[in-house]
Amino acid sequence: MNRMLVRQPGMFSLLQDSGRHGSQQYGVPVNGPMDEWSARLANALLGNEEGAAVLEITLTGPSVSFEQDMMIAVCGARFDIRVGDRPLPYDRAVLLRKRTPLVFGERQDGARAYLAVRGGFATDAVLGSRSTNVRGAFGGFQGRALQRTDAVPVPARRRGEAGLALARQLVQSGLPMVSAPAVPGCALPPLPPLSPAPAPSTTPATGKTGRVRFIPGPQWARFSSAAQADFTSRPYVISNQSDRMGYRLEGPALALREALEMVSEATPFGTVQVPPDGQPIVLMADRQSAGGYPKIGYVISADLPRLAQALPGESLLFLPVTQEQAEALWLEFEDRLRQARQAAAAALA
Amino acid sequence: MTKIPPPAASAAASAFAVPAPQDSPQVDFDRKTSMTSHQIEAVGDRCLLVRLGDKAGIETSRTVHAVVALLQKKLTTGIVEIVPAFTTVAVHYQPLAFPRGRGPASRQLAKQIETLLARGVEPLADSGRLVEIPACYGGEFGPDLDDVARQVDLSPEEVVAIHASLPLTVYAFFFSPGNPFAGPVDPRLQVPRRKSPRTLVPAGSVAIANGITSIYQSASPGGWNLIARTPWNLFDIHASPPTRLQLADRLVFKPVDEAQFAALLEPRP
Repeated sequence: MNRMLVRQPGMFSLLQDSGRHGSQQYGVPVNGPMDEWSARLANALLGNEEGAAVLEITLTGPSVSFEQDMMIAVCGARFDIRVGDRPLPYDRAVLLRKRTPLVFGERQDGARAYLAVRGGFATDAVLGSRSTNVRGAFGGFQGRALQRTDAVPVPARRRGEAGLALARQLVQSGLPMVSAPAVPGCALPPLPPLSPAPAPSTTPATGKTGRVRFIPGPQWARFSSAAQADFTSRPYVISNQSDRMGYRLEGPALALREALEMVSEATPFGTVQVPPDGQPIVLMADRQSAGGYPKIGYVISADLPRLAQALPGESLLFLPVTQEQAEALWLEFEDRLRQARQAAAAALA
Repeated sequence: MTKIPPPAASAAASAFAVPAPQDSPQVDFDRKTSMTSHQIEAVGDRCLLVRLGDKAGIETSRTVHAVVALLQKKLTTGIVEIVPAFTTVAVHYQPLAFPRGRGPASRQLAKQIETLLARGVEPLADSGRLVEIPACYGGEFGPDLDDVARQVDLSPEEVVAIHASLPLTVYAFFFSPGNPFAGPVDPRLQVPRRKSPRTLVPAGSVAIANGITSIYQSASPGGWNLIARTPWNLFDIHASPPTRLQLADRLVFKPVDEAQFAALLEPRP
């Protein structure tokens, strides 16, 4: 028996695995990580199974320790993470000595960090998944975000695990943590350069401008040509009313050519739907399984992690790509993850 | 002037033991329906949508459920899950599972689905379940009942009698876990959604809009017309399946009074 002891929970720290698949037919949302890249990468760095449960940390991080020596990895949003007076390195396996506080300090970049533990968080699965469904209060750890004094089950160390060299080093060094070598290729694939320069924003943006690529959706042609032009050339600002369910965007209103009678249908991760007020919403990890607003497009899967790391106040430029391009970019994403997994295994051997 | 509903509806409403519904079509189990009217489209880069109609209704729903059963049985490689909606079937897939060099995964999977649908779709046997679901109409539990009655030019009692007369087929679950959508609601009760949605609809609320009845399984914001409330809980993560109702179930609402409602009230987890 090994547990993660929570001294400070952070603002909104949730267990998420690769999502609750198979229950959308019952109206159960998928949930899962907002940033699939970082969550899967953190697991890959430890040699975990795909879809092992990780801790998604949003905006402010927790302070935790483990009852036994624990191999961990942190990916995603950058925080000043401390183990004693030393910074915890990102994007590699780290063996943390038992009862040593892991303290998330100031956030430097991005919205969500992912903490993986060797073997994955070991709470009971609900409907086949350990993802937290906050609205339904099930899954994850007691169906909710972490709270102070929680003790979250994690796997005990097993004999014969990879990382023996690291374990020896921890014993011999007497240090609070030892880390495996850095793994190359832990950054998302870069975006192509932008041309021409974007039109000025009509909504004041406080943050930076990001780019997301999208596939035009089934109702694309039903939007006015002005709406099509605005959506692909003007920045849209992420509103404060954005959460794990959806990112609400503010910008030029997107009008239909004429009113549409819509029947609710599937809304996958990244669906950009447009309610009657013309302000688009990108549906994220906690979206409902179906929805009835016109869909102007789908953010490509390969760019969803970028979006998941964007903060309210930042603005987005939407760049159209073809279905084929989107699918090729996703395979590139998967290939990069596989390479990182292989490199991590070599680093631990 | 209040229109009088035809005798069939009021007769059925007065006797809650509901006879076999007349709208249940004869199903010929030897016949396979050739799927000529469908359309497969990619929705994003990890999901296909099979479009089987453009209006919610019993026939379309029957086809949707039959196609879900077929695809769940026949598609094996790379399928994440298959999800029915009113007129469409969503096939969520894992692109990595499809061989490279044979074109985009979406096209490979669409071809497989085309082939399966071209061979014909076995009609599903009716679920055989007729579910009587208690509902307390009007008052605090159905605050929009009077307004609905005014809109359709009937008395509240007539609205209740009509709504509780014929079975409604469960088309799909979404909005919240276990939240059913069922129809068709009698055309005499055709009302749109409310102009201004409520910020909080109590759990259990029975609502109608655009020819469909839904039951708010969880308390949430909502814009439908609330005509009743059921004491039943419809979702339990520990049950298998977790929904109390099933796709294609035929629901008959059984009016109960407040005392009966209180006696039947189930805790919601």
